[in-house]
Amino acid sequence: MADSLSVRTILLVNGEEKTVTFRYADILLDVLRYQLGLTGAKPGCLNGDCGACTVNINGVAQKSCLTLAVEAIDKEILTIEGMNAPIQGAFVDHFAFQCGYCTPGFIMNCHSLLNQRENPSDQEITKWLESNICRCTGYMEIENAVKSILLQQK
Amino acid sequence: MNIIGKSIIRKDAFEKVTGRAKYTGDELGGHTLHVKLVTSPYAHAKIISIDVSESEKISGVRAILLGSHDLPLTGEEIRDRPPLAVDKVRYHGEPVALVVADTYVIAKKASDLIQVQYELLPVINSPSEALKVDAPLLHENLVSYQKLGTAYPIPHSNIPHVTKIRKGNRETGWQGCDVVVEGSFNFSPSDHAAMETRTATAEVDSEGFIHITTSSQAPFMVKKLLSTYFQIDIGKIVVETPFVGGGYGGKAPVQWEILAYLATRAVKGRRVKIVYTREEDILTAPCHVGLEAKVKLGCTADGKIMAAEILYLFDGGAYSDKSIDVSRAGGVDCTGPYNIEHIWCDSLCVYTNHPYGSPFRGFGHSEVLFAFERTMDMLANKLGMDPLELRKKNAILPGDQTPTQVLLNKSNVGNLPACIKRLKEIINWGEGQIHKIDDRRIRVKGIACSWKTSTIDPDASSGVILTFNPDGSVNLISGVVEIGTGTKTILAQMLAQRLKIGIDKVHVKMKIQSQTTPEHWKTVASRGTFMAGRALMEAADDVIRQIKKIAACVLRVSTEDLEVAYERVFLRDDPKIGLDLKEVVYGYKFPNGHSIGGQIIGRGNYILRRMTSLDPETGAGQPGPEWTVAAHAVEVEYDNRDFTYQLMKAVTVVDIGTVLNHMTARGQVMGAMSMGLAFAGRETFVFDDLGRVLNPQLRTYRPIHYGEHPNYQVDFVTTPQIDSPYGARGVGEHGLLGIPAALANCLSKAAGVELNELPLTPELIWRSKGAMI
Repeated sequence: MADSLSVRTILLVNGEEKTVTFRYADILLDVLRYQLGLTGAKPGCLNGDCGACTVNINGVAQKSCLTLAVEAIDKEILTIEGMNAPIQGAFVDHFAFQCGYCTPGFIMNCHSLLNQRENPSDQEITKWLESNICRCTGYMEIENAVKSILLQQK
Repeated sequence: MNIIGKSIIRKDAFEKVTGRAKYTGDELGGHTLHVKLVTSPYAHAKIISIDVSESEKISGVRAILLGSHDLPLTGEEIRDRPPLAVDKVRYHGEPVALVVADTYVIAKKASDLIQVQYELLPVINSPSEALKVDAPLLHENLVSYQKLGTAYPIPHSNIPHVTKIRKGNRETGWQGCDVVVEGSFNFSPSDHAAMETRTATAEVDSEGFIHITTSSQAPFMVKKLLSTYFQIDIGKIVVETPFVGGGYGGKAPVQWEILAYLATRAVKGRRVKIVYTREEDILTAPCHVGLEAKVKLGCTADGKIMAAEILYLFDGGAYSDKSIDVSRAGGVDCTGPYNIEHIWCDSLCVYTNHPYGSPFRGFGHSEVLFAFERTMDMLANKLGMDPLELRKKNAILPGDQTPTQVLLNKSNVGNLPACIKRLKEIINWGEGQIHKIDDRRIRVKGIACSWKTSTIDPDASSGVILTFNPDGSVNLISGVVEIGTGTKTILAQMLAQRLKIGIDKVHVKMKIQSQTTPEHWKTVASRGTFMAGRALMEAADDVIRQIKKIAACVLRVSTEDLEVAYERVFLRDDPKIGLDLKEVVYGYKFPNGHSIGGQIIGRGNYILRRMTSLDPETGAGQPGPEWTVAAHAVEVEYDNRDFTYQLMKAVTVVDIGTVLNHMTARGQVMGAMSMGLAFAGRETFVFDDLGRVLNPQLRTYRPIHYGEHPNYQVDFVTTPQIDSPYGARGVGEHGLLGIPAALANCLSKAAGVELNELPLTPELIWRSKGAMI
């Protein structure tokens, strides 16, 4: 069905090659959700303000609502569905979620932070995590979850 | 074995950290049509014409709907709201048309091509403007609208409802006062900003059943209201609600489901999906009410409060819907948690050209407490008394009467003096309110107290069904929606405690399906644990009775001699004689094949007891089952050069009866404090002169982000509510209630000026100080 407005290609998602067809104008979030059924990444604002759609692209946290699907070709996309990392358990242990809607995005951002920065300072943690909004918790639970992993890493 | 109070891992935890938890928008389903709204760009305007000709030409458009007098009016207490605007629009963001199309992209394109011509009308931009004699009437037909008997509109005005509270005698009260203060307060509407925007799907099957899936706190209200509005048999409406991505009251009203139903009806019942954009979620969907208030408060020379005279003008926005009830709840607890003999309060719901109001965590309480608790500090100041001491001296106690003249006892009110005492210790109150850091900066503390009962329908009920599996595990089915509060995990804990089985043997059904899930009125008002908990206890007793009956027959003993625990039913005096639950709960089979029993299915329900409507002239009546009380403090670092401040610490001590799950309870209180700080410190709709909201995005309407949070401290006082399961009180809202007042009291002290408006931005402080540099 590819035409001048759309492209048929392969995306590398959670270690699997996925053949997809999408419009050049489509954002990665919509392709993940509506073509691949990976609904862990959430729409919250479609404006880059809330971070609920955060995924990792080549290991770096990216907002999939601000990323065109074509930009993700030939890159490694990791979504919450492909995750198996200690930070998920830390979120459970520290009650770092309530309604759970922002949780996948937050976890993906934390995961990227923990992989990209060794022993980050409080300021650095804030710089990373301030791009996501959680409306249920007071953020202290999320702070505790992240710091518990940092403590383990030491 | 005791599981009550333990921080049991939430039953939804693993689904939620792996991305498997499904919300309404995640249910994809093939062949779904998509709905896009056309909304009003103006707050008040006549609709001159709507031209859909260009829009209709777009390939893939399946229906376009416009407002019409043939559609029913909607609204919970007064039916004043057309689902799609007819003749005129009354708020910025009001739905004017719907496009149903094959894809969202097509629907959006077609909706952009709809041409609506408006003629601007004068705008009412605040409650006080609405009360002016020459104010335009937003609803000329107010008197002819259908309404419930509990709504008291004033004809030919912009007032859809008045709640009058008359306790004691006003004149006597003022005569007894030596010190009197008076203040005016106000804030504009704001938003809930749940991370999941309102979403619904709808379809009609070939048997005529209407299937709605919605991100709602009130799926059973969706059923009831659609049935009422469109005269559909209520049994033919099936509502499902999976996980909900945050509610805070904003998903308790019914709005987007009505639009979804109209859309599916227009395409012969095909499945349609409506997902509000963030902008629609902020503008179109019901918001957090605004308030204007006047509070006059007087006390004797030694600080005994004698009289309060109060006017609350709730900014209900363009339509009355739930704002009537919010304004009523504001009247019910119109003062802070104090014993005041003479109270005179008028709490009005007022129409304006703002987005219309809905419940917001605390249901009118954080709003009126902002005004009242600020006045308390002003009174303490004038009196020269410690503000916490003034509160302690007047704290409401068992034996006192509430503003609606409910006599309090040891069960139906918590222990406020104990909360105040604990708060003092935690915040080290003795060291003083202000601590100088350097020439520019000071650390300042502010405090406030709060209380709340839940003003809810007197016939609100909740049901629970328990079914057993052959392995002896039990399925718990309740109508409480998992909106993030963890209530269903708490219910599982209570069941595990009652049946004395492992928590892993209790399986919780998270999703609501109105045909198979027993009704829970609404997941609001911090009432889930109490009401569903009572229903659960009855259901648990029901299954225990059934288990014992079968075991008694098999073991040839009396049921009175049996105990159920540790997945067994056994003789109390000789536990070796007994049966495993798994032998009983699916019917017991004797060696010769004879069988008795069958799958054990337990049921329980609870309806609030002895609630009454309020007397229209005095407000006297029993609005809710109990009053939870709390004391709050906020500590900031304040810069007296540029009036900026940093949140350092927020504290809540709340009497929640019994703590059922410590971490969950703490989480609820911390989250509520966070929301209170956001509401008080930064969040507001910015209106222009035409009543348009200038900041309908999370970039310009900016909630608290990570790193902006203070250190939270939570502590509990535990005065049991005797009629509640395990003595627990509600806790979902209370962390928020006094926080806006505490922050305002803190910054008023810091800045040396009365700050009686929200949000408390540096600019507001600067203006309040006379805008002098």
